[in-house]
Amino acid sequence: MNKWFAAVLFSGCAWAIDPIDFASPAEEARFHDLAAELRCLVCQNESLADSSAPLAQDLRRVVKAQMDQGKSNPEIKAYLTERYGAFVLYRPPFDTTNALLWLAPFAVLLLGGWLAFRALSAHRQIDAATDPDAATLAARLRAERDQEL
Amino acid sequence: MGRLLLPLLAFFALGVLLFNGLGKDPRIVPSVLIDKPAPAFDLPELRAADQRVSSESLKGEPYLLNVWASWCFACRIEHPVITDLAQSGLVRVVGFNYKDAPEDAKRWLAQFGDPYSDIAQDLDGRIAIEFGVYGAPESFLIDGQGVIRHKIIGPLTPEIVEREIKPKLAELKGGA
Repeated sequence: MNKWFAAVLFSGCAWAIDPIDFASPAEEARFHDLAAELRCLVCQNESLADSSAPLAQDLRRVVKAQMDQGKSNPEIKAYLTERYGAFVLYRPPFDTTNALLWLAPFAVLLLGGWLAFRALSAHRQIDAATDPDAATLAARLRAERDQEL
Repeated sequence: MGRLLLPLLAFFALGVLLFNGLGKDPRIVPSVLIDKPAPAFDLPELRAADQRVSSESLKGEPYLLNVWASWCFACRIEHPVITDLAQSGLVRVVGFNYKDAPEDAKRWLAQFGDPYSDIAQDLDGRIAIEFGVYGAPESFLIDGQGVIRHKIIGPLTPEIVEREIKPKLAELKGGA
């Protein structure tokens, strides 16, 4: 009795999100991995796997249908990219239009590292060259420590 | 002075970059189908159940394929502009009824007017996916050979008709 109650109570949730039947757990896992890499174009910060938008539902059905036809993951991604552009991919390809997107973080990191290195080494030189107190202080500290030992 | 100049320049460069981004609507995803043949389709005509509207039957003259639905609020806003464009005779306006209940669609047309020469009915939205549609309204300008020449995402405005559709049509007529 309780089991039936639970089944009725929770079946609605599963159906509301994704009324897709899978032949095997492996197929389901493949579907979810693939859908997680595709962007829903309506709610752009959600993947096809997460979105409840009607278009996402339609696209999930298309993805499933293509899997049933025996298409590979790259083929399915290519199908969607041909219609919606590389924007549907959460990992866009490295090409001329996306080169900036991929390279900018590394360029900024390198630039920042270089600036930081320059600033720090400049400071060290200034300390050593222009601050006689720094040198005498260091010498006194060293002497005190030696005495204590 | 030299020490200040570089960070200041960097700051302004970043400022310009971010300011440009502010004006852009991230919801507008440029179509990759421009200058590609429109996807083949063969769909029922909304107003005459025994007739079909297909990518082949529409070839010949350029047309504007307007994706709309009765549930789409922005479609109601653009409707007068679509009507004006159809009545101006500049271009044939073909309706693409997207994931709509036929009765609702017909009632909507009866209420607001029907400017369309043909209306293809895409009940399950399957053909819309071939077109890369991700919302309504969207409009495709398709030339006489069936090649997509331009896409407008969101409601059509008189400004878009003047700035985008008219020049594109002139281009198509000049080239033909």
